[in-house]
Amino acid sequence: MSDVPISNILFVSTALFFIGMYGLFTRRNMITMLMAIELILNSVNINFVVFNKYLYPEKLDGIFFAIFIITIAAAEAAVAIAIIINLYRSHRSIDVEKASEMKW
Amino acid sequence: MNYSSYIALIPLLPLAGFVILGLFGKKYFKNSSGVFGCLLLLASTVLSLYAAYHYFFIDGKVGDTYQTLIPIKYTWLSFSDSLSIDMGFVLDPISVMMLVVVSFVSLMVHIFSLGYMKGEERFATYYAFLSLFTFSMLGLVVASNIFQIYIFWELVGVSSYLLIGFYYERPAAVAASKKAFIVTRFADLGFLIGILILGFQSGTLDFSTLIQRLTDRSSPQLLAIASTSFLGISLLTWALTLVFIGGAGKSAMFPLHIWLPDAMEGPTPVSALIHAATMVVAGVYLVARLFPLFHINEASLQVVTWVGATSAFLAALIACTQTDIKRVLAYSTMSQIGYMMFALGVSGYGGENGLGYTASMFHLFTHAFFKSLLFLCAGAVIHLVRSNEMKDMGGLRKLMPITNIAFFIACLAIAGIPPFAGFFSKEEILFAAWQHNPPIYYIGLITSGITAYYMFRLYFSIFWSKPHHSSPDGYRGITHHSEGTMSMKIPLIILAIGTILVGFIPFSNFISSDGKGFVSEMHLTFSTMPVAIALVGILIAYSLYFKQSDRPQKLAASLGGLYETAHRKFYIDEIYLFVTKKIIFNIVGRPAAWIDKNIVDGTMNGIAWTTGRISVLVKGVQSGKVQSYALYFFGGIVVLVILFLYVLK
Amino acid sequence: MNLSLLAILPLVTAIMIILLKGTKSVRIISLISSTLQLLLAFALLYFYWNERAMGDSAPMLFEDNYTWYAPLHINYHVGVDGISIAMILLTAFVVLAGVLVSWNIGQLNKEFFFLLLLLSVGAYGFFISIDLFTLFFFLEIAVIPKFLLIGIWGSGKKEYSAMKLALMLMAGSALVFVGLIGLYLNTNAGNGQHTFDILQIAQMNIPLPAQKLFFPFAFVGFGIFGALFPFHTWVPDGHSSAPTAASMFLAGISMKLGGYGCLRVATYLMPDAAHQYSWIIIVLASIAILYGAFATMMQTDLKYINAYSSVSHCGFVLLGIGMLTKTAITGAVMQMVSHGLMTALFFAGIGMIYDRTHTRQLSQLGGLLKIMPFISTVFVIAGLCSLGLPGFSGFVAEVTVFMGGWSRADNFYRIATIIACASIVVTAVYILRAVGKAIMGPLASNDYSLLTDAKWNEKWAAALLVIGIVAIGIAPFWLNDLVTPATETIINKISAIIK
Repeated sequence: MSDVPISNILFVSTALFFIGMYGLFTRRNMITMLMAIELILNSVNINFVVFNKYLYPEKLDGIFFAIFIITIAAAEAAVAIAIIINLYRSHRSIDVEKASEMKW
Repeated sequence: MNYSSYIALIPLLPLAGFVILGLFGKKYFKNSSGVFGCLLLLASTVLSLYAAYHYFFIDGKVGDTYQTLIPIKYTWLSFSDSLSIDMGFVLDPISVMMLVVVSFVSLMVHIFSLGYMKGEERFATYYAFLSLFTFSMLGLVVASNIFQIYIFWELVGVSSYLLIGFYYERPAAVAASKKAFIVTRFADLGFLIGILILGFQSGTLDFSTLIQRLTDRSSPQLLAIASTSFLGISLLTWALTLVFIGGAGKSAMFPLHIWLPDAMEGPTPVSALIHAATMVVAGVYLVARLFPLFHINEASLQVVTWVGATSAFLAALIACTQTDIKRVLAYSTMSQIGYMMFALGVSGYGGENGLGYTASMFHLFTHAFFKSLLFLCAGAVIHLVRSNEMKDMGGLRKLMPITNIAFFIACLAIAGIPPFAGFFSKEEILFAAWQHNPPIYYIGLITSGITAYYMFRLYFSIFWSKPHHSSPDGYRGITHHSEGTMSMKIPLIILAIGTILVGFIPFSNFISSDGKGFVSEMHLTFSTMPVAIALVGILIAYSLYFKQSDRPQKLAASLGGLYETAHRKFYIDEIYLFVTKKIIFNIVGRPAAWIDKNIVDGTMNGIAWTTGRISVLVKGVQSGKVQSYALYFFGGIVVLVILFLYVLK
Repeated sequence: MNLSLLAILPLVTAIMIILLKGTKSVRIISLISSTLQLLLAFALLYFYWNERAMGDSAPMLFEDNYTWYAPLHINYHVGVDGISIAMILLTAFVVLAGVLVSWNIGQLNKEFFFLLLLLSVGAYGFFISIDLFTLFFFLEIAVIPKFLLIGIWGSGKKEYSAMKLALMLMAGSALVFVGLIGLYLNTNAGNGQHTFDILQIAQMNIPLPAQKLFFPFAFVGFGIFGALFPFHTWVPDGHSSAPTAASMFLAGISMKLGGYGCLRVATYLMPDAAHQYSWIIIVLASIAILYGAFATMMQTDLKYINAYSSVSHCGFVLLGIGMLTKTAITGAVMQMVSHGLMTALFFAGIGMIYDRTHTRQLSQLGGLLKIMPFISTVFVIAGLCSLGLPGFSGFVAEVTVFMGGWSRADNFYRIATIIACASIVVTAVYILRAVGKAIMGPLASNDYSLLTDAKWNEKWAAALLVIGIVAIGIAPFWLNDLVTPATETIINKISAIIK
């Protein structure tokens, strides 16, 4: 475990985080945005596990957090899908640009 | 009996007349408002005559000087401990004289109007306004405080405005009343500034105190005012000239005379009262009241003299060419007031030296009689002929015998033929001029010749010229009252008698520049010149106008451009119209309104517009796009992170 | 004498009106209430004179002081002196006249009278307040009703005018607020306690840099209310689009809120700054007087003529305040009272003409004297007062300002006074032009011969205002004696500086 420097893994998780951000900002398809959000959440998961394993090997707090996040991600994905379905019913499209009624 | 018990009634009775007739006249008085007004004024006149008797013959004189008495005075508006406007009554020779003149002439006009304005729908309003005017004028002449005289000055102006515009449905009358008020208002601006200067420099607004402080050679106020100068002219000259401008406006002196001919749009009795005998002499009265101050300031006295002389001469020239009889009389008034002005201008102070002062006041007195008589006669003529133009008249001597004789007497008086009133007063004026300022004497002399000419031109054109009067309308009203009712004839008779007798009053015993009476002599050899010139004028008028001929037109044609210039009143009206309409309206008024609407208001609207545009630009942030919001979110976090990590350690 | 009655009475009436039904009762209740207010004002005057005659020489009488919000030292503190009483009398006259004139308002008259009474609550409260916050509170009460009154019951471009008026007045209030807070924050020099109380602040010496910073805010803020050049442009549109009673109130009272505020707050509490800035005030006021008069000359709409002339006349108020002498400030207060009555009368007359002829354009009017003698006389009286004819209040006020201005010996002040004097000619020109065209002359249209003269409510409204104008014009000493002691109190700090 200690062969791989922590910075490499953190590099991966950071990259995942920013890829997820990029996907959130640029994708027009709401499902794809949801996938990007999942990516962000997962990158945070990696961070938690890595810090747990490398800095506090005898504790399990980080892993508990990771499990929490997976649970919450699942619940949030369910709610998000429900919202997307409603939006589709009113706009006939899942393009996020079309749902811009809350403007000036 | 002391003065304060009755003196206040003299102006207050007409004031009561104004209030009562103004509020209740139309409903309750109707046709009796005329008699009501006349009765009030009769009471005022009797009281004035009694006051004159009381003052001049009983207790006005102490030693050899007539005292300035102030029986009533109370503070009206106080500005500081020393400066306040007080309402007071001053009795001195000229104010008592003016009380008599104003109330008497006003009474004559009131009586005359009973017949002249009969049948007029707004009869009560007319008498209300006449009473208002009489009240204002009486208040003016007894004012003891310089601001008080200004207050009544303005009231007289507004009474004149209301009366000139009496026939308000005629645009000419409306325009004339406006013009009169605005021209005199402009002059009053000068008066106001003059009052401010005099008031502050002398520390008081009370006439006697003011004059005493500024004429006493040792007083600090005189030193201060004489040594301070603004733009190179001493403050005293400024103050007196500005005050004189106010007087010149009210007295229709050149170049502020343009309102007087137009004021003839008012009813003729009004012209007799206001624009002949009383209001227009207010300027002369003001200069006389402040005469001790004018006397010590040579510059302002020169202004008075030359303005007076110019007005006298110019007006006489214009009068020769006018065809509306009221306008001839208006210019004649301007000319005679010019005489009064320059008489004051050439006067010295004290005893015989003050002959000009006495002569001026004497001429004011006699002029009131014969000028109001002339106007009332003109009124009678106009009442009959229903026109103001000389060409519609002629040969009226058989139809209107009393008017004929009255007019003739008045013309002789104004021409200065002895033994009528005008001779004595004019002779004294010319003598005073001869003694102190010969060029003025010559101007006055020539003017009196021209005066005689145009007055007799008027007389002959109205009453002679044609064999009998024939007008296109026939002899309307010939069977009865062609000359007017009894109420129209009586004032003419009374005034005519006055014109004959008044000249014999030994005026200088009562009225002089320093209060001490003196005996003035008749200078027979000196008088021959003016009388001769007057007779020459009468003869020329006789030859041209006694019988109808075309000699006048040929003379006019031969004078060509000169005649035309005089006929068009020297184009002064046109110059004024140009200055006001083109210059003031277009260069000051219009730009002011334009700037206000477009620049000042435009700035406010501009601010609103800019706010609108900024709002349009900024509202784009609220685009409704979730992803933009997320981006702003992210940007904000980055900024905060940098802030906390690097800037705020 | 409980001063708060003055503010509570209209408030109670307003609430009663909202709860009522029916046109007739609303009008009658408003009339009774405004008459009571007038009687209250007279009673106040009487009691005030009694107290002064008995030797009470405190700067303010009938004081009431209740703690409102202690942490910020805000109190409900009311009291009156001569100047306040003069303004209260003015308000009472104008509100009663306004109620009478609006007797026949067509639509929504319940709301109309409600708003009018709310305005009067604001005005009365403003004049009796001697705590800065309370003063500001009442000032703000008065702004929104104006917006509604103009926007709903007005004529012409009413929405634009209402919006403009409301926004500009709110900008003024914002500036005033900054000034007040600035003043408040600098009042702790003596004993460490801040205060909003006017009487206490007047005794303190506010540091000069603070004064110089906040005086412009307070003065310009109140000046916007009082038509200070160049912030006066809300006046022409606002007054002209407003319904008659609102115009009367706006021009008659609302503009005086500004003048009173400039005097009581800006000049009284920050005398050193007032002295330093006085030359700017004098310049702006002189411009307003003459320039306003010239702009009026070119107007063709009767209401615009009166509105621009209000700009010119209110310039006198600010000029008087700027001159900083006892006489000039007394003149400014007199001008506030006189102009309030006069312009209310003028607007009432114009409103009566407009109700009948449905036009305000001079070109379409003419010869009204023949068919409407009472209204024409009212119009002429208002016009003559406006041009400063002796016998009416305008002359008294103007002459006092002239004398006050001339009393300062420097050429600058005298030239400013001469410019102000010159306005009497221009005023005469535009007034006589309006009178000559609308009132005199031949009848402009034959339809006019069917028009009726004033009804009973209009006659009473006009008579009320004329009585006020003539009372001051013929016997000015009562107003002079009322106001002068109060002016001396305000001015005694400044007189020491000027000497």
